[in-house]
Amino acid sequence: MHLLEVKNLHVTVDGRNILNGLELSIGKGSVHAIMGPNGSGKSTLAHVLAGKPGYEVTQGEVLLDGEDLLALSPDERAAKGLFLAFQYPLEIPGVATMTFLRTAINAQRKKRAQPEFSTPEFLKKVRDVAAKLGIDQEMLRRGVNVGFSGGEKKRNEILQMALLEPRMCVLDETDSGLDIDALKVVAEGVNRLRSADRSFLVITHYQRLLNYIVPDVVHVLSRGRIVKTGGKELALELEASGYSQYQDEAA
Amino acid sequence: MNVELRSNKTAAETALAANFAAARAGLPGSMQMTAVRDAAFRRFESAGLPHRRIEEWKYTDLRALMREAKPLARILDKQTMLRARDAGEMLAGIEARRIVFVDGAFAPELSDLHALEPGLSVGSLAQALAQGDADTTRQLGEGVSVNDVALNLNTAFMGDGALVDVAPGAALGRPLHLVFINAGSESSAVFVRSLVRIGKGARVMLVESHEGVSEHQVNAVLELRIGDEAHVDHVKTSGPGAGALHVSTLLASVGAQARFNEFLFTIGSGVLRNQLFVRFAGEGTIAAIRGACVLKGRQHADTTLVAEHAAGGCTSRELFKSVLDGESHGVFQGRIIVRPGAQKTDAKMATHALLLSDTAEAHNKPELEIFADDVQCGHGATAGSLDEGLLFYLKARGIPEKEAQALLIQAFVGEAVEGVEHAGLRDCLMEHVAAWLAARSGG
Repeated sequence: MHLLEVKNLHVTVDGRNILNGLELSIGKGSVHAIMGPNGSGKSTLAHVLAGKPGYEVTQGEVLLDGEDLLALSPDERAAKGLFLAFQYPLEIPGVATMTFLRTAINAQRKKRAQPEFSTPEFLKKVRDVAAKLGIDQEMLRRGVNVGFSGGEKKRNEILQMALLEPRMCVLDETDSGLDIDALKVVAEGVNRLRSADRSFLVITHYQRLLNYIVPDVVHVLSRGRIVKTGGKELALELEASGYSQYQDEAA
Repeated sequence: MNVELRSNKTAAETALAANFAAARAGLPGSMQMTAVRDAAFRRFESAGLPHRRIEEWKYTDLRALMREAKPLARILDKQTMLRARDAGEMLAGIEARRIVFVDGAFAPELSDLHALEPGLSVGSLAQALAQGDADTTRQLGEGVSVNDVALNLNTAFMGDGALVDVAPGAALGRPLHLVFINAGSESSAVFVRSLVRIGKGARVMLVESHEGVSEHQVNAVLELRIGDEAHVDHVKTSGPGAGALHVSTLLASVGAQARFNEFLFTIGSGVLRNQLFVRFAGEGTIAAIRGACVLKGRQHADTTLVAEHAAGGCTSRELFKSVLDGESHGVFQGRIIVRPGAQKTDAKMATHALLLSDTAEAHNKPELEIFADDVQCGHGATAGSLDEGLLFYLKARGIPEKEAQALLIQAFVGEAVEGVEHAGLRDCLMEHVAAWLAARSGG
């Protein structure tokens, strides 16, 4: 069975159709990439999966492990193992990163009827993962993302992902605003998390990220539906020829 | 002297006049004090209870809110004292020296009067007045130009309160905690008046808390005289039981080169008003006047602040934050006055209200009155709800709605509470906020 199944998904925002019958199935342990031009519906898909308010699903369904994902609140989806790495992570002044991480992890564990982490256990875990991502202790004491650079914010997203141990990770344009060194750190962080039980949906505009996070499957999204699916070489083709042929095709 | 009385008195005004006539002779103080009381009551009678057409009371219509005047609190009985035995426990974490007042009367048996630090003297105002202490009689209200209804009523009716002196240069090792607890079984009127005189260069952390179980009408006045170069923190907390109607007035005068940190912490009760009249009388003082307030249900809390820069070169920062749930009303009226000649004044005031429901109301009224030309002054006011984007970010990490809200509310309040210098007290206040939020999530 697939871990994530998106069937005939239609979504409108303020009465405009953004997704028009999107179909997508992701198996356990595989990495799918979705590429597409601006305005094709990439971020809408990421937001709808995570349950962001403001989107209306008019048709179709989304199943996570066969369970209706759209019926769940965002926090319930997270507890079921869905994780969205934000394109623009928000700053939360006054909420220390450590408090935020601990609250999130323990809320999820509680919902899954697992015992809460003890403080030393938790601190050690955070320190280990943070060190690998080059996030220092001082950053963890600050408010969430407050005063972080673009690259630090993205690394913080990966830190959260590593600690929350989700099964289905959605990365929404994680490469945007990153220089090549930061991109490598983030990609390495993601690659360390690849496993037979964990799947990824990597949403990106550019092929560059996929040099570092090598996908099993590449989809092209245009005007709210998948118009082509192929292997990792499809990303290279797109880089060479651009999106215009697919935009015409969909039109 | 002939005083023309207004013809149609409210029931509360009539009762106040009757209470004053009956109590007048028995209230503590010399003949001179009685004359001061009479004059104050006449000032009250000529204006009556203020209503919404009186600018200072526009959002707290006392005439409508105070339907009756309760009888003066009676002599303390055993049951009352029993209910008061844990007075001040809510701030036990700070290990302060507690001075306790029950229904407005000094309770030495509940107070810690052992081994007072050198330079500290603590007593009962009623005793000082009854003994005809001329200095205290003269100094009450001295130099105060405020003609305010609550102050006038307090001067007329004041029974007891704290009389505290800190000698020049003395540094108190422990916070001094004035605990006012309402414990009587019948709802009564409590008029407390405290006078705290802090000498030059002294270091004092003064905490004032109002708590209890009774539905009293509380009118509390604190006169705080801060000498030059003194460093003073005053934190006033009020929680459930502070009174069905609670009006508190701070009259502070601050000397030169001093440090003054004022903090008002309010967990809503019934109708509450904190009035602060702070006068910077000497040059070069640095002050912060802050507050945090959390309200629910039909609670009402009004903060009315007048910060008067009478001398130049002082810096003051005002920051007030309120969290309003249910059908509660939060009011902030803040005025910074810069007197002629108070050059190089640096004053900035900000007030922020966080509305948690569609039916809560915030009234923010910041004002500047500037009569000097070389100053830096500013104010800002905001009112809004929790940021939907931030809530979604927290929820996307698995944090349920109410918990996500609680995190953001704590962060909002925390920005003001951070200004409390005493770390233990800061933690203690945030624990009260957390408890309030937990009750909210549970309900």
